[in-house]
Amino acid sequence: MVPLQYLWRRIGALVVTLLIACTITFVVFNIIPGDPAMLMLGTEADPEVLVNLRRQLGLDLPLHVQYFQWLRSAATGDLGTSIRLGRPVASLILERLPVTASLAVLSMAITVIIAVPAGAYGAARRGRLADYLVSIFTQVGLAIPHFWLGILLILLFSMRWQLLPPGGFVPWSKNPWQAFLSLLLPALALASHRIAQVARITRTAMLDTLNKDYMRTGRSKGLPEGMLIYKHALKNSLIPVVTVAGMQFAGLLAGSIVAEEVFALPGLGRLLLQAIGYRDLPLVQGISLFIAAVVVIINFITDILYLLLDPRVRYD
Amino acid sequence: MPLVPRRQRTYRKENGALAVVWRTKQLTLRHWSSEVEGFRQHPRPRRLHRCRLNTWLGGFLLLAILLAAAASWWGLTLDPNAMNIRERLLPPSRGHWLGTDHFGRDIFARIAYGSRIALVVGAGSTLLAASLGAGLGAWAGYKGGWWDEVIMRFIDGLMAFSGILLAIMLVTVMGPGLGNTIIAIGIANVPVFARITRGVFLTGRNALYVEAAHALGARTWDIIRYHILPNGIGPILVQATVTFSTAILTEASLSYLGLGIQPPDASWGRMLKEAQPQMGRALWSVLAPGAAIFIAVMALNLMGDGIRDQLDPETH
Repeated sequence: MVPLQYLWRRIGALVVTLLIACTITFVVFNIIPGDPAMLMLGTEADPEVLVNLRRQLGLDLPLHVQYFQWLRSAATGDLGTSIRLGRPVASLILERLPVTASLAVLSMAITVIIAVPAGAYGAARRGRLADYLVSIFTQVGLAIPHFWLGILLILLFSMRWQLLPPGGFVPWSKNPWQAFLSLLLPALALASHRIAQVARITRTAMLDTLNKDYMRTGRSKGLPEGMLIYKHALKNSLIPVVTVAGMQFAGLLAGSIVAEEVFALPGLGRLLLQAIGYRDLPLVQGISLFIAAVVVIINFITDILYLLLDPRVRYD
Repeated sequence: MPLVPRRQRTYRKENGALAVVWRTKQLTLRHWSSEVEGFRQHPRPRRLHRCRLNTWLGGFLLLAILLAAAASWWGLTLDPNAMNIRERLLPPSRGHWLGTDHFGRDIFARIAYGSRIALVVGAGSTLLAASLGAGLGAWAGYKGGWWDEVIMRFIDGLMAFSGILLAIMLVTVMGPGLGNTIIAIGIANVPVFARITRGVFLTGRNALYVEAAHALGARTWDIIRYHILPNGIGPILVQATVTFSTAILTEASLSYLGLGIQPPDASWGRMLKEAQPQMGRALWSVLAPGAAIFIAVMALNLMGDGIRDQLDPETH
C-alpha cells in the first residue's frame, strides 16, 4: 500500500504544479502579447470594437484581478467562452475529446503491443541478428517524423491498396468498426516514435534483469529458457517501462495535434489549430491548459502506479 | 591558496618519463612520473579511436546536410523560390535532381535551403535552451532550499506543456517567423537542461572535493567553473545533440502546421504540407522533404549516441 503521508504530499505537489501550469498559460496569453485584444483583431482594428472586446474579455481590469478571476474560473472547470463560436470552451473540448482520447489510447496500445515484445526479444537474443534488427528499427522509429510516416501510410494503405480510409473520422456511436479503421493509420504513425523509445527501455531493463542472481538460480534449477525470460525477467523489467509509458502520454497528446492535421481527424488538436487560425485566444488558452492538466494528472497517476507495482521503492 | 588547476600539461622528458605540470594561480606543482609510484607511464589512449560505425554513419549524414546547406548558402543551387509554371511537378531528372513542385520550383534547391533553416533553428534553439536551462538548473542546484523549490516547481509546470504544445502557444502569441520559432522551441526545451544541470550541481555541491576547495578559500565562481561544471559537460553535451534533433523535428512540425517558417521561404515541414495535396501525382515531392528531416534527425541521434558511448562506455 502507498503510505497516506506520501500520497498527501504527492497530491500537494500535483495541486501546486496545476496552479503553476495555470499561471504559465495566463502569462503566455495575457502578458506576453501586451494587448491580447489587438492580437486577436489585428493592428488596424476599429478602436470601438477593440474596447468592446476588451470589456468582453475582462481585459480592462487590472492584471492581478484578471489573474485571480482566471484561476477561480479554471478551478471550477470554466475555461471561458470561445469568441468565434460563442460557446463555452469546456463544452467544445468535451465534444472533441473522444476522438483525441481514442487516438491516444489506441496509439498507446499499439506501442505496448509492439514495443515490449520487440525489446524483450532483442535483449534475449543480445548481440545476434534479431537484436541488431530491433535496434535498427528503434533508430528509424526515433528519427522518422510521424507526420511524414502518416503521409506515407496514406499513400500505401489508402491510395495504392485502398484498404483503409485516408482520413476523416466516423463516430464510435455510428459504426465502431469504421471508427477503429479510421483511427488505425494515425495511431500507428503516432506510435512510431514511442514504439522505438519503449522498445529501447524494455531492452535495457531486460538486459539489467537478465544479469540478476535469481536468473542464474532459475537457470540452475532447470527452468526452461523461454519461461525464464518471458515470465520471470519480463515481469520484473516492466516496472521502468510503465513509468516511461506514462511519460509518453504527454508526448502523445502533443503529437496528436500534428497527426490530427495529417489525417483530418476532428479532435482537440484540430480544434486548437482552428482556434489559432481564427485568433480565438480564449479557446487556444483553454485547450492548452486542458492538455497540460491532463498531462500532469497522468504523470501523477503513473507515479502512484509505480509505487503500487514496485513495493521496493522508498518513499522519500 | 586556492588550488584551482588552471592548465594541465603533460610532456615527455628525455629519459622517457612522463611529466605532468599543473599550473595554478599561485604556484606550479610538478610531478615526475618516474618518481611517483603508480603514476601513469603512458599517455592516456586517445578517446576518439573507439568510434563505432554508427558514429561514422551519423557524421557522414550530418556532413551531407552541412554540404547541402553550404551549397545553398553560396548560391550553388538553383534559386529555391523561382517559380516556373511550365515546369510544374516534373519527376527527378538531370536538370532537377529531385524534380519540381506544384509551382515549378526546384525541390533540391528548396531542400538545400531548408537544411539551412533546420540547422539554424536547431543550433539557435539548442543554444538558447542549454544556456537558459543550465543557468536555471545550476542556480537551483547550487543554492538549494527555497531557490531550488521555486525554480524546480516552475520547471515542472513548464514540462506539463510538453514539447510542441508550448512552442505552439508561444508562436501563437509572438507570431510565426524564423526568430520566434527559435525562441519558442528554445524555451520549450529549457526543462530538460535545467533538470540535468540541477542534478550535477546537487551532487557536486556536497562532494568532498568541493568542500576542500571551499575550505582552501576558492571563490564560488571558480568552484563552479573548475570543480562542478566539468562533471556536467558530458550529460549536457549529450542532451544538446538530442535537443538539436528534437528541435529540427519540432520546427518541421510547426512549419507543417503553418506556424513556423513562413512562405515563400523553404522549410522541410512546409514543403511537406504543400506537397501533400499532390502526393498521388508527384511522389518525389513528399518523399524528399520527409527524407531530409529523417536523415538530419537520424544523423544527430547517431552522433549523440556516439558521444554518450565515449563519455560513459559502461552503458553499452
